[in-house]
Amino acid sequence: MGRGTYLAVEVSGAGRHPAAWRRPDAHPEALLTAPYHVGLAELAARSGADFVAVPDSFAPPGDDPDLVPLRLDAVAIAARVAPVVTGVGLVPSVTVTHTEPFHTSKAIATLDIVSAGRAGWEPVVSRTPAEAELFGRKPAAPPEELWREAADAVEVVVRLWDSWEDDAVIRDVATGRYVDRDKLHYIDFTGDFFSVKGPSITPRSPQAHPLVVLRGDEPEALPVAGRWADVVRVAAADLAAAHSARQRVRAAVAAAGRDPDDVAVLLDVEVLLGADAGSARRELDALDAHHELAASSLRVVHTADALVDMIAEAVASGAADGVTVVPLVLPGGLRMIADDVTPRLVDRGLRPPVAPGTTLRDRFGLPRPANHFTGANA
Amino acid sequence: MTGKKQIHLAAHFPGVNNTTVWSDPESGSQTDFASFVHFAQTAERGLFDFLFLAEGLRLREHRGRIHDLDVVGRPDTLTVLNAIAAVTTHLGLGGTLNTTFNEPYELAKQLASLDHLSGGRAAWNLVTSSDAFTGENFRRGGFLRPEQRYERAQEILDATRELWLSWAEDAVVADRERGVFVRDGGAPVVEHRGEQFSFAGRFSLPPTPQGHPVLIQSGDSDAGREFGARTADAIFSRHGTLEAGQAFYRDLKGRLPRYGRAERDVTILPATTFVIGDTAEEAEGLAAQVRRAQVSPQTAIAFLEQVWGRDLSDYDPDGPLPDVDPDPEGVSITRGRVRHEKDTLAVARQWRELAEAKGGLSIRELIIETTARQSFVGTPRQVAEQMDTYVQENASDGFILVPHLVPGGLDEFVERVVPELQDRGSYRTEYTGSTLRHHLGLARPTAGAPSARAAG
Ligand SMILES: Cc1cc2nc3c(=O)[nH]c(=O)nc-3n(C[C@H](O)[C@H](O)[C@H](O)COP(=O)(O)O)c2cc1C
Repeated sequence: MGRGTYLAVEVSGAGRHPAAWRRPDAHPEALLTAPYHVGLAELAARSGADFVAVPDSFAPPGDDPDLVPLRLDAVAIAARVAPVVTGVGLVPSVTVTHTEPFHTSKAIATLDIVSAGRAGWEPVVSRTPAEAELFGRKPAAPPEELWREAADAVEVVVRLWDSWEDDAVIRDVATGRYVDRDKLHYIDFTGDFFSVKGPSITPRSPQAHPLVVLRGDEPEALPVAGRWADVVRVAAADLAAAHSARQRVRAAVAAAGRDPDDVAVLLDVEVLLGADAGSARRELDALDAHHELAASSLRVVHTADALVDMIAEAVASGAADGVTVVPLVLPGGLRMIADDVTPRLVDRGLRPPVAPGTTLRDRFGLPRPANHFTGANA
Repeated sequence: MTGKKQIHLAAHFPGVNNTTVWSDPESGSQTDFASFVHFAQTAERGLFDFLFLAEGLRLREHRGRIHDLDVVGRPDTLTVLNAIAAVTTHLGLGGTLNTTFNEPYELAKQLASLDHLSGGRAAWNLVTSSDAFTGENFRRGGFLRPEQRYERAQEILDATRELWLSWAEDAVVADRERGVFVRDGGAPVVEHRGEQFSFAGRFSLPPTPQGHPVLIQSGDSDAGREFGARTADAIFSRHGTLEAGQAFYRDLKGRLPRYGRAERDVTILPATTFVIGDTAEEAEGLAAQVRRAQVSPQTAIAFLEQVWGRDLSDYDPDGPLPDVDPDPEGVSITRGRVRHEKDTLAVARQWRELAEAKGGLSIRELIIETTARQSFVGTPRQVAEQMDTYVQENASDGFILVPHLVPGGLDEFVERVVPELQDRGSYRTEYTGSTLRHHLGLARPTAGAPSARAAG
């Protein structure tokens, strides 16, 4: 296990709250522009977060005029900010239900290349008939099937990352050979849902295996997280529930024959901070008056101190290894993390400084993995 | 500003074929992001219309094994283009994306995302390779009969355009007071029912700063040309000589009226190589060196095996052509590269005659002679002059330059040839707009109609 308390932030649109775009400090007209996303990533980097989670899905927009129906591709956002915002990991969600694992593998490897080793991804499933209809290739499936397919997709993505050994490019002028083809590997994956031959068209990336982040909420998702996740995200209404969720994840990791201490469990925390509890509450009430949002996980609508106390308690009590802060409003919610929350976490010794040039795997204490195929052709 | 026809330039990042010289000491990484930054920023300094990335979705094989003599491996097209957008401000960003192994809704979202995040600089080169060999990497598999590949390409393009243009231009109002983000009930439902795809739903993005990405086409068959004439904003052609270029230009532009399009609606850009020297002699000498580097002894044999369809590894690359004839059954010796089917016996006969006529060329010399001629060789002024002549005489509207070195292959051209083109009044001296459609002089697309030129 790495060090201390992990901190991730989720950034999407104007914030998790559906009415967030109506606040005076929101930028609803800029949601599709690069400067807006660069600005959010800079705030995340300034907050010292281990990574920015960029959610994505194919869930089509509804027809409610007061909701923001925009959704940019998350890998595109991460790649756009990668060269100009350093010092923070980038973890876009990528759906695996209707998409091609071959494309996903090279996209995330390339994100790792353009970010100099700061890439991860969160594989997500497409559950709804509406999403299935956008592809028209197969009907929506129940969770058990969705996650079985997701496990195959993750396996293919990871195997393709290994399909090039690190030293495959040899540039041997004497024999005229650019690559040593004994160091390129067919993955020959065959499963219930698809088969993929390989090798990838993209060489092995700086981290070799960009971080795999998976949700561990559903029973059907747990075996996949247990087998493949480097980091698991959970939702829980309170710390007691979070504690149980973390134990379930650790049991799934152990069941897959891995060491539970190698997998960090991060608790989602929806956050809206104010100078005092009352003003934070009033801000939320104003948003809820437009469009009510039920909490999806533990929520801190309070002060920076209250959030820091909650994070410290969560980690000290074994309820989580860290948190994913989900700001209800952006960019203001993230600015307060950077300005008010992180300095307090540092003061309490919960967030040691991170050296420049650190990879995302480094931040989680994960070594660069050996290649699954090494020696296979020897 | 003169009334002279203006040259359009694009830059092809050197890729996975033997044009790219990896054995040169100056040759850098093919995948490090720094190489892409250097190359793209050089193109932007040269005021190019766009950067261009090719794509191949399966590593090429030769005689049943991965072809190891050329550059192998490249980053993901869309991801690296999004990253390049961060280090450039005006340069168009053109990516090759296959129409067979992608689904329209996903592709529409990915390309529109690149176009939004780059401020309207995206271009899509639609390619139709549909072979089962490549299909082994995909859910879809290699399911398309060759004659269906442009049916699918047309349908995927129609579908993506429907999605891209499904929102009204002024749909987003973001009215905080009234609580209306999108007026008139939000995004409309797009329903597509076709032979290749059947889908329905709302798109998650409005039209981009340039409407939608610029469309490039590079197929060369009759069906490919027809597809290009009907839908493309730019054509990437392989007809590089003056005569062949003029014939292709006439043919392609002649197809446009059928679709209600004008000559100026489509920009024709042949793949173009160049070598520059201080004197004509020096340039010729350098060009010969580059050709030798592009055709190593091993590469010469591999090229020969492609035509002969058999194992020729025992032949001496510095010796004469084989006495044995090509094996007509052996045509599938190379996989994963675009093949233009030919009568191999006729090619062999032609090559033997050529080798003989040139005083007994060796295998390697013959392959250099037949495959590695550069388009333009000379001093900066001579190269500029030749390029200008091509464009003014309607062999093309410009060029997609394919340098032989990563990442510095474009440096000298930008420093020395671009000013000559500017002096001739044939090339821009500054960017006058920020979108790729603006650079190409194209109007904003409207739903239903293919793209048209800006008025005036
Ligand atoms: C100049 C040129 C460049 C091409 N680049 C690519 C490429 O990068 N990737 C690819 O899959 N196909 C590429 N192609 C292949 C074509 O787009 C097309 O799919 C193929 O030639 C088959 O269509 P056709 O029979 O109409 O030529 C290229 C073709 C030409 C002429």
